[in-house]
Amino acid sequence: MPADTRRPTARIHEGAARTPVSRPRRTTRQRMPSPVRALVLTAFLLFFAVPVLWLVLAATKTDDQLVRGNPLSFGSWSALRHNWDALTAYQSDAIFLWLRNSAVYSSLALVITLAVTIPAGYALAMTEFRGRRPLLVATLVVMLMPNATLVVPLFLEINAVHLVGSTWSVVLPYSFYPFGVYLTYIYFSTAVPKELLAAARIDGCSEFGAFRRIALPLAAPVIALVGFFSFVANWTNYFLPYVLLPESDQFPVQVGLGTLLSNVPQFNPTAGTLAVERPELALATLLAIIPVLVVFLFSQRFLVAGMLAGATKG
Amino acid sequence: MSILTIRGGRAGTHAARRRWWPGRAGHGFVAPYVVLLIAFGVVPTGYAIDFAFTDASGRFAGLSNFTAAAADFRFASAAAHVALYLLFWLVSLVVLVVGLALLLHNLAARGVGKALRFLYYLPGALAGAASVMVWLFMLDPTVSPAGFLLRALGLDTFGQVIAPGHLPFVLTAIAFWTGAGGWIVVMYGALNNISPELMEAARIDGAGPWQIARRVQIPLLRKWIVYMVILAFAVGAQLFVEPQLLSQASNGVAGRDYSLNQLSYDFAFQNNDLGTAAAVSVVLLVVTLAVAVVFVVKSGFFDAG
Repeated sequence: MPADTRRPTARIHEGAARTPVSRPRRTTRQRMPSPVRALVLTAFLLFFAVPVLWLVLAATKTDDQLVRGNPLSFGSWSALRHNWDALTAYQSDAIFLWLRNSAVYSSLALVITLAVTIPAGYALAMTEFRGRRPLLVATLVVMLMPNATLVVPLFLEINAVHLVGSTWSVVLPYSFYPFGVYLTYIYFSTAVPKELLAAARIDGCSEFGAFRRIALPLAAPVIALVGFFSFVANWTNYFLPYVLLPESDQFPVQVGLGTLLSNVPQFNPTAGTLAVERPELALATLLAIIPVLVVFLFSQRFLVAGMLAGATKG
Repeated sequence: MSILTIRGGRAGTHAARRRWWPGRAGHGFVAPYVVLLIAFGVVPTGYAIDFAFTDASGRFAGLSNFTAAAADFRFASAAAHVALYLLFWLVSLVVLVVGLALLLHNLAARGVGKALRFLYYLPGALAGAASVMVWLFMLDPTVSPAGFLLRALGLDTFGQVIAPGHLPFVLTAIAFWTGAGGWIVVMYGALNNISPELMEAARIDGAGPWQIARRVQIPLLRKWIVYMVILAFAVGAQLFVEPQLLSQASNGVAGRDYSLNQLSYDFAFQNNDLGTAAAVSVVLLVVTLAVAVVFVVKSGFFDAG
């Protein structure tokens, strides 16, 4: 039977395919749970996570338990309930209004940032044009400028065009994200081979076509990276909205937390009658970081994806 | 080949357009960004530099703001504090972030790596008021979960923990806690972009994990590391929030004039002297730029492709 004759040869090929080199390597790699490595990773896990765990537990305690109790113990559901009621009662649901404001500002800015930043970083890395280097330098200089110094000039500028107090007064400055331009620039200049785009151009792709059809699909990790970091940067920005938005009902949640903090008697001895207790602040903080963590979990897959395996070979 | 000949005509017109306006595609791609850069980057920066060279009545003041800042008795010690802090901060960031990213990347169990990345990143979501409160508790041996560690080091009170001599460590720990996770994510992503063939080739040549890291992975991360160092230097030189809040919480055990930026803030909001405040910022900018230039030139950071 022909099958009989074919089988042995097939087996020989299979055997050849896994010659000693490839197999054992795989296993050595998995066989190395070096104790030093585990120790280092665990030590840093504790360093990063224990303070956060403390914060989560703080929201379940009374202020007294927070100070006297075991730092890493669970308080009680009733204390959590009490903190929740006290927090939401603060200026009648102000916390939810602040969260909504943050969401509006951050997402508007996110959309503009991505539309502006990705093409800019791509062009800086992959095309030649007059002014490329000066643009890279200017971007870097602006990034290095102390942020606190820029807030006063920004205020004067936005005041000059009568935008102080409007949503755009924070959204537009947020949308300018030089950090993201550099992330995109480095990504394209280190991870995407230029030949790939040269080939597309030779095949008759317009410059925009090459960007849209070749570069953009490969850019998923960096789009996620820029989007994520800009979202977090805007979500956690304090000083700019603090200066530009005068009304409490326009505050994003960070400025709101600042308000709460300044009403905690232990942190501010001059705090007035609207005293806020520390566990309420902890709870407010947790509400404020949940969106960031959700966005992180959602984008993590894209953040670290190595999308380019074999891109040049195809 | 056939695609080339069929679309030859179209490619030809593109080439022609490229000739009469070289780089027009690049200009198109960066135009919206340039608008934002000018409006929210260049103009405010120019404004701030302008402040540094004018006096309170708006006249050109030459370098008098700079000499006023440098002559302040707190300037030299603040500069020394910041320099020492920068040393601690940069070394820990480069060594630990790159090291942790490599360790995570080498983990065979992907799920564990993913969970660890998330947990390492957690503090990155905590900014401002939140992280302040967390650290005021973490640094107080009487209520901190790490109180036993602090006491083992002979530190029994909050005041002892934030004694001036300890501040470089304390401030580095806080900054690392909030900032490192994000960079680990960046480095991890960059490691994933190194082609598996390259790693395979190195392994076949008999390189162990340590040699692969040193000869393949770290050289390929160079641009990311340079970028991290430049930005971390800038952020570190602008040290403000942590010492300011420690100072508030400790009734001045940690001084209000610990860092240059605190000094600048004092000039601006206590003395109403925007000129001198801006002069301090411009000094910081110039120093940061000088460092950036060294790194950019040495590493070929601006080379395309």
